[in-house]
Amino acid sequence: MHPTVCDTLADIAQNSIEAGAAEIEIRLARNARETIVSVKDNGCGMTAEQKRKAEDPFYTAPGKHPGRKVGLGLPFARMTAEQCGGRWTLESEPGKGTFVEFSMAADNVDAPPLGDVPATLVGLMAWDGDREIRVVREDVGGSYEVARSELSEALGGDWSDAGTLAMAKEFFSSNEDEITTTR
Amino acid sequence: MAKLTLADLKKLRESKVAEINQRNPENKTVQVIVGMGTCGIAAGAKATFDAFVDALGKAGVDYVTIRQTGCMGLCHSEPTVEVVAPDMPTVMYGKVDADTARRIVNEHILQKKLVDDHIFDKPAADIVGGR
Repeated sequence: MHPTVCDTLADIAQNSIEAGAAEIEIRLARNARETIVSVKDNGCGMTAEQKRKAEDPFYTAPGKHPGRKVGLGLPFARMTAEQCGGRWTLESEPGKGTFVEFSMAADNVDAPPLGDVPATLVGLMAWDGDREIRVVREDVGGSYEVARSELSEALGGDWSDAGTLAMAKEFFSSNEDEITTTR
Repeated sequence: MAKLTLADLKKLRESKVAEINQRNPENKTVQVIVGMGTCGIAAGAKATFDAFVDALGKAGVDYVTIRQTGCMGLCHSEPTVEVVAPDMPTVMYGKVDADTARRIVNEHILQKKLVDDHIFDKPAADIVGGR
């Protein structure tokens, strides 16, 4: 499995970007019992057969890695859920999109740490292309929600500019400080 | 750190508007492309990307575009970073951790000197082309 929850989230959300999704909703929630990650998109979706293969680590979608025979993103997420006392859901429909959700029990010793949430979310916002990404973040001290379009409006929309990315990171860092601290 | 709202963020940007207005996207001559496939993420590419954002921001460099891409075919040497700059060869760097990312900013981008000990060639055509 990936070393942090955020690494797995970045990997799964990148699938949505590569699936041509115009809208992606990311939820990262942590409470006393579990950590839950979900990514929902309206990308190209998968047939039942593609969905079955996507969970096989020795398969990768045609064209994604020409000449390769492995695809580890979804298998890593499933492995994380199964090894950490959590749940795993993969739903998809061609032309409509995909929903991935996995969780980990808070008291499971194998559950990976959350990782760098601000850097992960900024990285996802910064991918080339015009799409909406809505982030729903919940933790022990509260919650916040923000959309890429809202950040673009506030920051001017140049997601390849280091200054813009630094300001977006400041936004996420300050909100993370607020919700990950029990006051 | 005090919680920032979107309104705060807008004010923050407006406080830097003079600086931002001097930036012309067409003058962005250097591209930094970070491989963010499963292999890159597993090897720490998010920290690499973050280090580029931080180092370029601190250097006040406004002519660099930071982008991400999927696996570039060098899984054994992740995190990988391609740097495209005028008057310099296009270079694929491998094993780029946060410290190496800062070196690439200081040496390759600011001083136009290659970071020799991290240069990797692009993968062979039979890997990239799937033949």
